[in-house]
Amino acid sequence: MNPDFKATLDRAGLQALFEVLKARGYRLVGPRVRDGAIVYDELASVDALPAGWTDEQEGGKYRLRKREDRALFGYAVGPHSWKKFLFPPMMRLWSARRTSNAFEIAPEQEESPRYAFIGVRSCELHAIAIQDKVFIEGKFVDPVYAARRKNAFIVAVNCSQAGGTCFCVSMKTGPKARAGFDLALTEIIEGARHFFLVESGTDAGAQVLAQIPHRSATEQEQKAAEQVVERTASQMGRTMDTTDIKELLYRNYEHPRWDDVASRCLTCANCTMVCPTCFCSTVEDTTDLTGEQAERWRKWDSCFQVDFSYIVGGSIRASAKSRYRQWMTHKLATWIDQFGTSGCVGCGRCITWCPVAIDITEEVRAIRETESA
Amino acid sequence: MIFMVSPLEHDAMTGVDPMLPQPFRIRRRRSETLDTFTLEIERAKHNQAFGFAPGQFNMLYVLGVGEIPISICGDPRSNSLMHTTRVVGPVTMAMSKLRRGDILGVRGPFGSSWPTEQLDGCDVVVVAGGIGLAPLRGALHQLVRRRKKLGKLVFLYGARTPGDILYRRELELWQQRGLQVEVTVDRAPLSWLGHVGVVTTLIQRAPFDPGNTVAMICGPEEMMRYAVFELQKRGVPTANIFLSMERNMKCAVGFCGHCQFGPEFICKDGPILRYDRIANWFAIRDL
Repeated sequence: MNPDFKATLDRAGLQALFEVLKARGYRLVGPRVRDGAIVYDELASVDALPAGWTDEQEGGKYRLRKREDRALFGYAVGPHSWKKFLFPPMMRLWSARRTSNAFEIAPEQEESPRYAFIGVRSCELHAIAIQDKVFIEGKFVDPVYAARRKNAFIVAVNCSQAGGTCFCVSMKTGPKARAGFDLALTEIIEGARHFFLVESGTDAGAQVLAQIPHRSATEQEQKAAEQVVERTASQMGRTMDTTDIKELLYRNYEHPRWDDVASRCLTCANCTMVCPTCFCSTVEDTTDLTGEQAERWRKWDSCFQVDFSYIVGGSIRASAKSRYRQWMTHKLATWIDQFGTSGCVGCGRCITWCPVAIDITEEVRAIRETESA
Repeated sequence: MIFMVSPLEHDAMTGVDPMLPQPFRIRRRRSETLDTFTLEIERAKHNQAFGFAPGQFNMLYVLGVGEIPISICGDPRSNSLMHTTRVVGPVTMAMSKLRRGDILGVRGPFGSSWPTEQLDGCDVVVVAGGIGLAPLRGALHQLVRRRKKLGKLVFLYGARTPGDILYRRELELWQQRGLQVEVTVDRAPLSWLGHVGVVTTLIQRAPFDPGNTVAMICGPEEMMRYAVFELQKRGVPTANIFLSMERNMKCAVGFCGHCQFGPEFICKDGPILRYDRIANWFAIRDL
């Protein structure tokens, strides 16, 4: 198939896509409304998508609101990201059993789920690529992540509107999905007409597309899709000047702004939980009451926890200042030295879900503007 | 000449799950001092050798209690897998109660190692504080063996009291083989005729040619800070100073994020790091 081929689907065509993916053995996960937010969960059909809903986002604020149309993907991003499927928040790594004079350790036998991710935003594709660097492209490979990642089928959706805390344009991660997807959709609503422009990014995507009723997109339809992302790009709720950002932060580990932000930060760890790239974890060793059976669990952890940096004698980062500084300098600066990329994709979740509305773009701006030369 | 820490090498890169402990049996347990002990261990299932380099560490697991990083202190040549530990928390407490024949879970070896094989013709000064001698023990074995190829070979060691001095017999043996040993203690009874005071004060008088010296340091971070300061004052180049760093570790393979020190992951970039690489980070408090 011509790689530049673009097709259109209507809502029934989207349902056909779901059916084909299910028939191919995928578990569909994607956006749906729950608990007053758009979250990622199992999807039975297109009817489960958040039709006619959008989100309003600001620092420390997230509200769902009815749209005037029936858009299925007419929101930005919610508190969930796809990392919960690729890097589960809590999982058993192995079980151990005491034997007569020793013990045996059995690895967790998991048949890796085959997920089809429906509605992955461009910033989220970048976030997945960043976690790939952490878990599968380094000296060691995380087998859990690697298997889930390899199995995943990704249906991206180009953003048709930006959220109030979005800054993907600054981070060069969106709003148009350019790589890392099997299929990418652009949702277009023109009066009564509601359709999706589709392009495939892989052979697997092209094969799936070939199985569903579609027709090739007209030039006008392609133009309409381009306009959708252009409009979104012009609506960014936030901006961040990333010029020499690594050097900027490396020069400013002792900037007074860290005291200022620490006086507001609750060290609640929300930002790290909603961040699609944060990858820190801890392990917990447990036993049953007899001491015969033991297990090791891996759980998401956060550099905002005081015991995160504990060594004999005390925690290295005992203060809120040192913990916020660790998070932000890691995200925007040391990450670049570690993995050759920023750890921030500009999705805005850490701003929206911060209970006291700390804004990473504002913190960078403050340091940049008040740096003593 | 540029000295380098040796990067880690591990089975995990060839597909073995690095998160899965393997069973090892305790061959020997020895009490070192009042609160330290050494476990010598071997594979429980087959006799395959366990290769490691001095300065590397293992993750040791006590069934149902927990897992901690402990440096390997055996002699790399004889492949004797030894760990000397101080009792400081629940895992080391449980470990101290293990006896010959008991089983430990082991993941490793992990991390970088001391540059002991690259030092022909150099003066070498090794500085240890307290239990910080354990990660240097394997390196000292190697250095003493290469004694003739080295210039001056000095070991400066600080312990809390004379009773806290580790590996006394070996220190004497190494001394006979040409290692110059200077020991200092924080507190001493009247019978002690040696130095009293912090180990870093021994650096100014130690016999070595600063421009041609490689230094290896392990101990509490404050001690290492002053040791580096004293070495620099003598004129030892920062690229010739190596430290063994400690941070919280859960995974040992760069996934858990706990051991970050600026851009370095102590578990895989360290624990042995060349000072010039981390000098800027070393100066920042609460990093």
